[in-house]
Amino acid sequence: MNQLKTDSDGWQAKQKRNTARLGYWTAAWVLTMAIANFGPRFAWESNELISALAILVNLGIGFGMIVANKRHLKGLDELQQKIQLEAMGLSLGVGLVVGLAYSNLDVVNLISFDAEISHLVILMGLTYSFSVFAAQRRYR
Amino acid sequence: MKNRLKVLRAERDWTQAQLAAELEVSRQTINAIEKGKFDPSLPLAFKVARLFKMSIEDIFEG
Repeated sequence: MNQLKTDSDGWQAKQKRNTARLGYWTAAWVLTMAIANFGPRFAWESNELISALAILVNLGIGFGMIVANKRHLKGLDELQQKIQLEAMGLSLGVGLVVGLAYSNLDVVNLISFDAEISHLVILMGLTYSFSVFAAQRRYR
Repeated sequence: MKNRLKVLRAERDWTQAQLAAELEVSRQTINAIEKGKFDPSLPLAFKVARLFKMSIEDIFEG
């Protein structure tokens, strides 16, 4: 038994580092998104140059987050990758189908409010979370 | 897919966490394979077979 790895610096430690790195990038992206969104109203009084810079910084950090997410996914084991693939596929499909139907409701004025992109993001987030949760229970 | 992973692991007195660390997968994956809920890929099955010094057919049943 003792010849087996303890994984102090093995695969699981690397995965934890990847997850933490993804968390930092995501937090930075959310923070810069909030700054780019609320800054013009509360901080720099609609100065266009600062607003454009804030959006560029947010975009750059967003790409960093995408790279960190890709690295995180590649570091997962095959079952975890399967769970992520199913969840991402489901959230993409639901987002596309329901999102476009929702948009059509707005176009033909069957709903009294505007179909906002944030509603789609919330729907995709909830679908992804539910799918990951269901798969984690299935393979528990 | 049925397999003898749990028995083989128990014979060697290894925990799921130890086996997971050795195979570079999560403990959840070991548990799912042992319960037959998840079929490992061929590379992972080879890795398991090498670790237990057995053939794949002796560990996994079709």
